[in-house]
Parts: sequence; C-alpha cells; structure tokens
Amino acid sequence: MIGTEKILEVKDLTVHFYTYAGVVKAIEKVSFDVYKGETFALVGETGCGKSVTARALTQLIESPGRIVEGEVYYHRDGETIDLLKLGEEEIREYRGKEIAYIFQDPQSSLDPLYSIGYQVSEALFVHKMVKSIKEGVKRAVDILRTVLMPDPEKRVSNYPHELSGGMKQRVTIGIGIANNPRILIADEPTTALDVTVQAQILNLIKEMKERYGATVLLITHDMGVVADMADRVAVMYAGKIVELADVFTIFKKPIHPYTRGLLKAVPNPLVKIERLEAIPGTVPSLINPPSGCRFNPRCNQATEICRSKVPELEEVEDGHFVACHG
Amino acid sequence: MEGMQGMSSFSNGFSSSSNLLEVRNLKKYFPLKGLFFTKGYVKAVDNVTFEIRKGETFGLVGESGCGKTTVGRTILRLIEPTDGQIIYDGRDITKFKKKDMDWFRRKAQIMFQDPYSSLNPRQTVFQIVMEPVNHHGIDVHDPEAFVIDLLEKVGLNEGHLYRYPHEFSGGQRQRIALARILSLKPEFVVLDEPTSALDVSVQANILNTLKDIQGELDLTYLFISHDLAIVKYMSHRLGVMYLGKLVEVGNSDGIFEEPLHPYTKALFSAIPIPDPEIEKRKEKLVVKGEPPSPINPPSGCRFHPRCPFAREICSQKEPELKKVGSDHEVACWLY
Amino acid sequence: MQEVEQLGEEYQRSILDRISDSFIEFLVSIISAVRKGWREKNRSRIAEWKLMFYALNRSPPGVIGLFLVTIFVFLGIFGPYFAPYKYNYFPIFDNGDTYLSPPGQFFLLGADHFGRDLVSLLLQGARTSLVISVIVILMGVPLGILLGLVAGYFGGKIDELIMRVTDMFLAFPPLILAIAFAAVLPERISYLINNYIYLQQILLWLFALDAREAGNLSRLLAVMIAMAIVWWPGYARITRGSTLTERESLYVESAKAIGLSSAKIMAKHILPNIIGPILVYVTLDFGSVVLTEAGLSFLGLGATPPIADWGRIVYDGSQFFPKAWWLIIFPGAIVLFDVLGWNLLGDSLRDVLDPKLRRSIEFKVKRKKPKEERR
Repeated sequence: MIGTEKILEVKDLTVHFYTYAGVVKAIEKVSFDVYKGETFALVGETGCGKSVTARALTQLIESPGRIVEGEVYYHRDGETIDLLKLGEEEIREYRGKEIAYIFQDPQSSLDPLYSIGYQVSEALFVHKMVKSIKEGVKRAVDILRTVLMPDPEKRVSNYPHELSGGMKQRVTIGIGIANNPRILIADEPTTALDVTVQAQILNLIKEMKERYGATVLLITHDMGVVADMADRVAVMYAGKIVELADVFTIFKKPIHPYTRGLLKAVPNPLVKIERLEAIPGTVPSLINPPSGCRFNPRCNQATEICRSKVPELEEVEDGHFVACHG
Repeated sequence: MEGMQGMSSFSNGFSSSSNLLEVRNLKKYFPLKGLFFTKGYVKAVDNVTFEIRKGETFGLVGESGCGKTTVGRTILRLIEPTDGQIIYDGRDITKFKKKDMDWFRRKAQIMFQDPYSSLNPRQTVFQIVMEPVNHHGIDVHDPEAFVIDLLEKVGLNEGHLYRYPHEFSGGQRQRIALARILSLKPEFVVLDEPTSALDVSVQANILNTLKDIQGELDLTYLFISHDLAIVKYMSHRLGVMYLGKLVEVGNSDGIFEEPLHPYTKALFSAIPIPDPEIEKRKEKLVVKGEPPSPINPPSGCRFHPRCPFAREICSQKEPELKKVGSDHEVACWLY
Repeated sequence: MQEVEQLGEEYQRSILDRISDSFIEFLVSIISAVRKGWREKNRSRIAEWKLMFYALNRSPPGVIGLFLVTIFVFLGIFGPYFAPYKYNYFPIFDNGDTYLSPPGQFFLLGADHFGRDLVSLLLQGARTSLVISVIVILMGVPLGILLGLVAGYFGGKIDELIMRVTDMFLAFPPLILAIAFAAVLPERISYLINNYIYLQQILLWLFALDAREAGNLSRLLAVMIAMAIVWWPGYARITRGSTLTERESLYVESAKAIGLSSAKIMAKHILPNIIGPILVYVTLDFGSVVLTEAGLSFLGLGATPPIADWGRIVYDGSQFFPKAWWLIIFPGAIVLFDVLGWNLLGDSLRDVLDPKLRRSIEFKVKRKKPKEERR
C-alpha cells in the first residue's frame, strides 16, 4: 500500500520560544519518518506542538522561536539533504516548490491586494516555473481548474474578498500544488470551514495527492479527519510524540493512555453515548512541563517512574511506537 | 445523571403546557446600509417556529451563517427581533418593558462560544461571578462562600477566587462563565457553541458538567452547535437550520436514525466518523457548492441549488414544515 | 493553568528586577497595612505588576525613559524647595558682575541677564512645566474619554455629532488659539485670581510662587487654558476607536445579558479594558504638552518674568546669543531630555501594558548558552 522509501526523516527536533514569561519548550526531541506517497497525520490538541513541528521542517519559525537542535533529512533521488543546515536562501528553493504548505486560515494566507491569478502565478514565478507573471496567470487558470474552481477563466481576476471560504482554500491548495511539490504540508486545512465544505476540500486533497503522487503531512486536531485521510498517525501531547502507528492500529489498539483518552472523549455520531469519558485536568504549561512523562499528572495509571523518567518512543510491535512506561 | 432519566420522558409528545419557550414566526432582518438608503436586508432568520419543553435540551444545528446564533440571541433579546413572537412561560417577551425584562434576565442566560473574550480580563473570578447577583440586588449573606459554592459546583475551587481570566485555560474559563450564569439560578440557558473553541478532551469535561448541572438544577437548554456529534450527545430534541430557515425539527434520536431533509442527510454524511474502518469505506453524499448569501436567498426551497434531489417545484415554491412522525417535522417537497 | 510567576530557574532576576520587586513589595505592604487581606486577594494582580516591570526592564529605552521621567517628576515636585536661590532673587542688584556671568564664575551653569542662577531657574521651571502638563492632561483626558466612550458605544447619530465637533476642534491650530487667548483672557483671569483668594492660594501653591507673583500668572494660565481646550479631541478619537472594538466583545454582550445599563457597561467593562492604550497616549502626550508649552513661552506668549519657565529662559537668552550660549543650551537640553523621557517611556509602555503583547516579548536575558549555538 505505502512505499517503504523514506522521504523525510525527522530526528530530535526541538524548538523553544524565548518569551518574556519564560522559555516555552514547544517541541522536545520529536522524531518520526515519513514514507513516500503516504498521508502522515500529526494529531493533537491546541499547543501540543503539531503546527510548530510542521513549520520547523523548513525553518519557518519566527522569533522569539528558535530551532534548538535536531535534523530533518529530506531524501530526493538518492541524495539526502538536512533541511535545517541550509541557509535562508537555500531553504527557499525547497519551500513552496518541493515542500508546499496549506495553512488553516485561507483568509490570512492570501494577500487581499492581489488577484488570485496573480498569487498563483507568483508562486510559479519565484520558483522559475514560468518566465513571466503573465504566462503564470495563464497557467493559473489550469491550476484553478484542477482544484475544481468553477469558472476558472473568470475567477483568476477575482480578489480574495470576492470568494467564499471554501473557494479561498481551493486557491491556497492551488498555490500549494502549483509547483508539483513532493511533500504537501496541510496545517489544519479545513478547521475554518463548514462540514459540507470540509468534505469537499478533503476530497480535493485526496485527489491532488493521487494525481501528483505527493506525500501529504496532515496536521489536525480532528480524529474524524484523521480516520478519513491518514495512512499513519503520530499523536502528540505537550510537545512530544506519545504514540505512532498506522491509522487502524491507532484507532483499534491504542496503547498510550492519552491516545486512549482522546479517542474516548470524541463523540461518535453513529453511536448513542450515555456519557463521554473525559481526560481529567488540563494541558500543562510548556514553560515548566511536568517532570518525567508529561502526561503523568492527568494519567490514571501513572506510577513513580512516570514522574521521574522521561519515556522514550519505543517500537512495541511492527511499526507501532509508544512512549509510555506502562 | 438521576435527573437525566426523569427527563427523557419529555421527549415523546407532551401537551403544549409543558413548553417553556415558544418561538413563533421569528424574523430577524439586518439592514444593509448604503450611503444614504438601506440597500437591502440580510435575512438572517426568516420565519422560524419551534418550541422548547421544560427540562429538555433543544439542539439547533447548522453551518456558519445559517442564523442559529442569531436565533439564540434574539430569544434573549440581545438582538431585537424584526417580527414574530417569543413566548416564555406563557408571556410574550418581545412586548416586555424594562421591569419585566429584569425579571426575564434573571430567568434566562447565555453562555458564549469564545471563552477568551466572554470574560472581562480586568475582573477577578470573584467579581465576574458576583456581578449578576449584585446587579439584580439579590441578597447574599456571605459572598465569598456563595462564590466558592458555585465554583465547586462547576469543577473549580476556592484557590481560583481572586485570579484573573488570563490565568485559566479555555475549559476553565468556560467553567467560570458557567458559574456566573448559575449565580442567578436561571431556568433557561442558551448555550452558543460552548465548546467549539475547546479541545476534545476538555470539551467532554464541559459537556458532562453541563449535563450534570441540568439534572441537578432542572435547567432547560437551547444548545447551538455546528457539530452534530455533540448535538446528538447533548440534545433531546433537535432543529436543523439552513440559510435562516428551519428545515427539519423533531426528536433527536428520530432525526439521527432517519434524517429526511436532503440537507440534513448531507450534513450527517459529511461529518468524518472517528473510526477509519467505517470512515474510509462509507459512501458520502457530498453536496456541491457552498451556502449562498442570505441577502438574496434562492427562490423556493433555499437548498434547491445544492440539492441532488431537486425537482421543479423546489425552485418555485417554498416548502412548509410538515409533520411526518409523532415528533418529526420536515420542510421538503419530497415528503 | 498558566502560572503567573514562571521565570525559570535558569534565569537570574537582574538588579533592575530586584529593585522593581522590592518597590512593589513596599507598596503592597503599605496597602496591606491599611486594608487587611488585600495581599491575599490580589496575588494575581501583584504578580502581574511584577511581570510588567520585568517586561519594562527588558527594554533599555523604557528603563532610560522611566529614569528620566522619574527625575523630572521628582524635580518638578521638590525642585523649587532645594533650589540654591529663589527665582525672584536678583543678584544683579547686589553685584553687577553677575549680569550674564558664564558657567562656573558665580553659579554652576551661569546666570541670566538679571544675574539669576540658571540652576535655580531650571529647577523652578521644572515645576511650571510639570504643573501645566498635569493640568492640561487632567482637563483634556476625562472630557475626551467621556465623549469618545459615548460616541463609540452608542454609534449612529450621537457618534456623528460628537465626532464632527471633535473634528472642528482638531482643525483648530493650538498656536492661533493660544495667541487669541493670550490677547483676550489675561484680564479676566487676573480679575478671577484677585477676587477668589482660595483660587489664588491654590495656584500659587501649585506653581510654588510667592504671593506677589499672582498678577504675573494670568498669561501663563491663558496659554494653559488654550491648550486644554484643544487637547481633548485626540483622546476622544482614540477612546472611540478602542470602544468600537471593545463593545463587540462577548463580555460586553454577557453584561447586557445580565441586564446592565449602558452607563455601567461603559464604566465597568469598556473603560478598564481600553485604559491601556489611553495611558500610553497620555505618557507620550506629556512630552508633547511640555514641548508645546515651552514653545509658546518661547514665542513670548506664556510665562512672564520673573516666573521661571524653560521656554521663556530660551526666549530671553536668545537676545544674547551666541555670547550667553548657556541660556540656550542648558534649558534646551532639559526640554529635550524631558520630552525624550516621556516618549521613550510611552513607547515601551505600549508593549508592557498589553498583557498579551507583554507575554510575547522576546526574553532578552543572559542565559546559560545551549551547547550548540545555531545560526
């Protein structure tokens, strides 16, 4: 089903934000591999570091944040590049061309001053895929057609405010796939949209992935979207990956207490539930995270070792990694 | 939970005397101001009729811009209705003057979506919770003990009394908001997407608290949400809105078992099920396009341009809510 | 839960942090002595105050600004009392050599054409400047805030009316108004001062002047009134702007749902939340008032000798320039540093007073270096 060829290897990625209230340890030693052609989902709640991880891959971390350590190996036709060792100029060659992003809020990721045709064209032009903006706008029509934008010939000259939320997200997806990226990073691509539109956009991402053979890194908090889209899933909690497995294993045989709690807390519309099981407590501060396992204060199975020792991500069965002492 | 069982008996047909709230032909048009003249109206809520029974949770679902939030606010007269009646406990609140409104404000409260902006950042928890009581001149013997009691009821504690909202997480803020609402001992609470800004693990906590408190204090809820899974979990009865109209209303279990309106069907089919075995295999009814603007809604049935089952009559004549089951009404020409 | 006090162990509180901490602790212990249990109930508030100073301490311009402002406020309050000479003592009558004597000859910073000690004049001038800026701000700010609140909260026709009147005042150049007032008002003011003995007493005490100077005050007061009249529109503007955004917030709606009246909502919910940007504006404005007042006095409109005023000293000194350079340079530098102080402070207050912004400021503090420094 999925190739075994690694396209992205993330090792010990650590990002800290040096804010005046203290050092926010946004992600700590996050490691995972992404295989070619798969949809890999990073799932977790607000502040768990999933977006920071996605941005750090191409050094998209703004001050006061800093990538403290880690490597991101990007494999391309036999060569291996550490994306974090590249300079600003070099990384830009990859960003938007080989590794493209779709962000959560289409409203703010499009510039209100330019027509959407211009913006798609610009994405092509900066990576020298077209010779001029004018030529790019012609290509933009085709791209908008592939993202199922109705009436693309007319739409290219529209400005973002003239489009609905779903249409705008189609444009950002169009910009994302404009350069045939090898990796498409979709950061909560449907969170700002209604469910009926969400279904359309998720279908579109699936189609684009198949058409271009891209690898998709999907960042989301919605377990339903994960179930729909993902091949493999990494569950993040408080800046760390706590469990990583293929999607069926995660939903059928979750091991980490957090993953289990998360799945029980999500209401399933097909089942009549008398009472949801909630995870007690709240997400810890990332300035002074709990010692040992970061989930231990909320875990009902926590023992002494959980409070003293940080659990490592270990393979418990083929392809199923868990970071838990239990 | 004991209260819950007693309440489920309300779900199948009671006489209208058990209705706490009746909304009749509610309309809210927002004028679109031009330079000198009104250019038109946004028909946010158009002829909506439903009733909420005492002690039940009435769910109102729909996508953004369908008017569900406007309904919630108009019922509390935070927005003045353009037309229609809102009958609370047998009295039409749209006719209320200042003194009656004071009475109504003590009975009916609202909990907002965004816990980050619904609490005044400059007030301590104590001030936030005491404000309604102070305003209505309710005599509280020991204010501190009173607030602590409320905080404990919603899952907070004494140590939170003199803290400011920014020191709390989203879920805790929603609990503070709830304590503030409960300080007036209301009968009816509008819950306007109370958990949509929260994470799932916290959401489950808040929903459970809301359910427990409903049983304990015999509250009636209007639960507004875009998330069907939550609405199913919370409500006894349910209304589905599309573009300012109620398209389907009735017993929640009945609608979930057999949704009739094509929009309800599409809505149900679009929610991703958190189970890959089902989700990756299920057939989806993906409707085309997006909801049109409520300024110039489509003629006839407002859903017809997106409806896979649209017939000729759908674009010409507006369907009325029709009774199709013991507690199930739908506004669609197919039935 | 986010804890308020969360400076990690790896950080050392700087000396400034410790100074501000002990200053706050001192304030808190005074308040707690008066009101029992205040400290317990306001733990969060105290922690927030400390954080506010930590944030300020991280911004060198802000610290410099606060330092300058503290000095000038201190001098404004106490300066006249420890000035070596009185402002209305004219050494020239005792010793003719003191006439425009250069720095170091008789006095530290030299003397003016009456032989008066420049240091004493500058100290006295600090009082004049401070009192005028405080009064102008105190008269202008509440009016502006009130009008801005009402206009922003109610909107519609009330908003239109108030804001058009505000525009009219904004269009009025303060200079022209000051000239007109300086021509018309002084007589009426002298009449008032001479007939209302309490007013006279208060004014003299405020400006730290001797009783015989009462008659000289009128022109200074005329300029002050002119400034107060044109000063409020700015506040009406910013208050209205902030009110417009704040009135849409859910806590305002939540207050409406309880049944609070508009006046209560404005006073209890909107005002406390927009006071931050207004305070910033006030701080920046102190500088502008000082500068405008000095400017008007420099044009000969404000203070009349022997009342000491920085602008007036420069105006008088300009006749003897470049010979008596000290009469220009020193008062000029004083005005410069005073205005600079208020502006620096105001700019950093903008970040410090906003709780959200405050938390996102980059923590520029020395910290044990991580083993490997990345680009």
